[in-house]
Amino acid sequence: MPQPIRLKDHEKDARLVRSRVIAGAVVVVALILALVARLYYLQVIQYEYHSTLSENNRVHVQPIPPTRGLIFDRNGVIIADNRPSFSLTVTRERAGDWEQVLDIIVEVLELTPDDRALFEKRMKQGRRPFEPVPVLFELSEDQIARIAVNQFRLPGVEVAAQLVRHYPQKEHFAHSVGYVGRINEQELKKLDPVDYSGTHHIGKTGIERFYEDQLHGQVGYEEVETNARGRVLRVLKRTDPTPGKDLTLTLDLKLQEAAEAALGGRRGAVVAIEPATGDVLAMVSQPSFNPNLFVTGISFKDYAELRDSIDRPLYNRVLRGLYPPGSTIKPMVAVAGLDAGVVTPATRVFDPGFYQLPNYDHKYRNWNRSGDGWVNLEMAIMRSNDTYFYDLAHKMGIDRLHDYLSRFGIGQRVSLDMFEEAEGLMPSRDWKRARYRQAWYPGETLILGIGQGYMQATPLQLAQATALMANRGKWIRPHLAKSIEGKPPVDENPMPDIVLRDPKFWDYARNGMEMVLHGPRGTARKVGDSAVYRIAGKSGTAQVVAIKQGEKYDRSKVQERHRDHALFIGFAPAENPEIAVAVMVENGESGSGVAAPVVKQVMDAWLLDENGQLKPEFAEPRPAEVLAHER
Amino acid sequence: MNGNFDRTLSSEDVMRRRASLLQRMHIDGQLLLLLLLLAAGGLFVLYSASGKSWDMLIKQAVSFGVGLTAMIVIAQLEPRFMARWVPLAYLVGVGLLVVVDVMGHDAKGATRWINIPGVIRFQPSEFMKIIMPATIAWYLAKRNLPPRLKHIAISLALIGVPFVLILKQPDLGTSLLILASGAFVLFIAGLRWRWILGAAAAVVPIAVGMWFFVLKQYQKQRVLTFLDPESDPLGTGWNIIQSKAAIGSGGVFGKGWLLGTQSHLDFLPESHTDFIIAVLGEEFGLVGVCLLLLIYLLLIGRGLVVTVQAQTLFGKLLAGSLTMTFFVYVFVNIGMVSGLLPVVGVPLPFISYGGTSLVTLLSGFGVLMSIHTHRKWIAQV
Repeated sequence: MPQPIRLKDHEKDARLVRSRVIAGAVVVVALILALVARLYYLQVIQYEYHSTLSENNRVHVQPIPPTRGLIFDRNGVIIADNRPSFSLTVTRERAGDWEQVLDIIVEVLELTPDDRALFEKRMKQGRRPFEPVPVLFELSEDQIARIAVNQFRLPGVEVAAQLVRHYPQKEHFAHSVGYVGRINEQELKKLDPVDYSGTHHIGKTGIERFYEDQLHGQVGYEEVETNARGRVLRVLKRTDPTPGKDLTLTLDLKLQEAAEAALGGRRGAVVAIEPATGDVLAMVSQPSFNPNLFVTGISFKDYAELRDSIDRPLYNRVLRGLYPPGSTIKPMVAVAGLDAGVVTPATRVFDPGFYQLPNYDHKYRNWNRSGDGWVNLEMAIMRSNDTYFYDLAHKMGIDRLHDYLSRFGIGQRVSLDMFEEAEGLMPSRDWKRARYRQAWYPGETLILGIGQGYMQATPLQLAQATALMANRGKWIRPHLAKSIEGKPPVDENPMPDIVLRDPKFWDYARNGMEMVLHGPRGTARKVGDSAVYRIAGKSGTAQVVAIKQGEKYDRSKVQERHRDHALFIGFAPAENPEIAVAVMVENGESGSGVAAPVVKQVMDAWLLDENGQLKPEFAEPRPAEVLAHER
Repeated sequence: MNGNFDRTLSSEDVMRRRASLLQRMHIDGQLLLLLLLLAAGGLFVLYSASGKSWDMLIKQAVSFGVGLTAMIVIAQLEPRFMARWVPLAYLVGVGLLVVVDVMGHDAKGATRWINIPGVIRFQPSEFMKIIMPATIAWYLAKRNLPPRLKHIAISLALIGVPFVLILKQPDLGTSLLILASGAFVLFIAGLRWRWILGAAAAVVPIAVGMWFFVLKQYQKQRVLTFLDPESDPLGTGWNIIQSKAAIGSGGVFGKGWLLGTQSHLDFLPESHTDFIIAVLGEEFGLVGVCLLLLIYLLLIGRGLVVTVQAQTLFGKLLAGSLTMTFFVYVFVNIGMVSGLLPVVGVPLPFISYGGTSLVTLLSGFGVLMSIHTHRKWIAQV
């Protein structure tokens, strides 16, 4: 059967196509409506959501670090300020072949391959896209100029300025003001992440550390528009940071320099306090170091040099150096003895050159082997007679001695605002039992009476004890901050004043101290003779190596570093004290011979005018009763 | 009879005389107006999307000029002439696709280009966008409608060869468009509904098969990202999250021309090419997108009118397919950017930056104009 031939029916084809076109048109309209519905959903119903999303994309908050507060000395001389420092940054996205750019930097600045390796390491550290990476800090003028000249070869390389802490006085205040340094990982964990979001440096020691909260200030913010690569395009809103508070210190640059000069290059410590206010006028620990080294990160070599130096420049002798106070403690022991009633001003002790406890063989030697004969309290201070104080200490006993000397600040932190002050040690029966599991021996009380044995004090504590003598027991914690934005620092934990049964007891001890310099047989009368005002003082020796019973201290046999430390404390003018000074000269041996002249030089610098006369404001007539007593 | 004939003649003469310059040039005024509108709007959006690049704007305008020229040239060709040369063009096109597969040049990881330096550089797959429907239309126009199973099978084979070749490039977007353009001819030719439904039912197993055997890793990723863009917000999900944020944050009236933050701050990827509708949505809002959709709808409507009025079956099938394929461009692109469809590389007609697609699209409209303006008036009587 042949298939029927189908003829093309154009009409039918056209109808078919038309129906399909209509079907297609319906689908088209339906799908377009679906798109419109989708857009309506996104743009009207979900508008808020997408609006927020797009806004969050665009706007970022950037912290603006506050400017750190300045530090001045008491006369307004700048001790710490902020200086623009220039660092070299490379933005990888704009540098093209950044490794080649590093090569050019090294070539232009004539650096070493080691620097090149360091740069590469810094470049590879984590960062956001388009963030400039600092590769070299503290550019010199010369380096900035070289970069500028070669700028055309250095795409993406910029010299960026930032404020960096600077200490124009360098070594002078390294041990009191301290320094700031880069925030390390441990500090980062403790710090408020918001407050420090823009800050790279933090106070590490000294005043910079203690007053960190006040000096730092409040972080500010900038709302910036950024593109998808994190590049800042413009600032939308800005909240300015609050700069840190300025700090005026009690320290006096001139006195500080004078005190350093007085030490004359020897290792040691000087603390000068104004007794009436507790202001620390000078605080010297020699040798010192340049704090600027630590600000941008000290090089390993420099740090090793400081750390390994036999002179220990990083060691803060004023606050951390612990020394047996030696004979400098005698005036305080005398005051304690009088107040406790174990001695009177008239009590006399015969000194044959040594002291023996009843029923003991051991001889506790006076420094003067031949003995001073009959001595009373004032003479005992003047002559620094050990026998008298052995006797006094024995009569008082350890418990009362501990109580009295503690009230002078021995064995506890005395300062108001100094970072990492050592407590020192004022031994007691309880302390010895806890420390050595041993009972207290009477002989240990005796040597405490002359400032030896377990007792340890910092030069700051000695200075404060001296200021208490000058102040007749009125306690004001020594402090470095004079005012923070005009307000003096507040002592939250004041020490109770030392109130004696009879205030005259102060005068007996003070007269003894005055006779040390001005008495006929005073141990430091050579120093006292040259003074145009009256000084009350006391020498002391801090043993470095113990001397065996029966052995004599022979300086020729002792290595230089094993020689005793020389101590001297004093205040002046003796009748109305304006300055109290404590000096420790490491391995200086003689308190009267080495430390006393240092004390006097510091006092001179404070009290005398340019003509060598007592400044008029310090020259007050002496009360008649004190004059009478002196004879 | 004679009088009638005379009247007809005279009326035709009148029409000829009245015929405007456009008609004599075989150009459809309505289509041209809509295309110029689109192109002008497109350049506005592109200026913003490209980050105020005059360079791109000028290049795009030049491409548009080239496209218009191609359109006018093609409009002069008689549909019968086209039908005669279609089989040869098809063979040449397939041949070029094979050449591309064998020794094509790399561009963006995919091999799509024929490049004879200094002479010509083009994508054979673009060429196939017009040749494909024309070939099927030429084949089916000679058969009785609706097509019988044998003819459908041959048609599918004709579609399948270039489809597979382009898919292998790999260019999923274009291959699907080519498939659609061929399939639309079958649809308009009256492919029976039960077979259409059957094919639709077969999509699921085919899709599963494609997933495991055909799709490349990045294509699978696109589908996964489409299903859950938040699963990888900084990686592959970034595009779609950012484009939705751009459109959504535009609201009803938009942020204003040149004020879109998503595109100007580079959060929106490919903002001047495939994702340009997001820029439009962000800066001109729902109103702007709806206006654009209206113009597209009018274009498609005109295309369908051309289809219905076409005198030859070849013309009807080709015009219908080109129109429907044009719609697929619009729908797939906007659907993808607004998160309705997975990300497939399909540009938005006349708005996205890119000369090749512009020339191809305008050539397609040239074919439509040719079909519409070469009708014989006498034959209709």
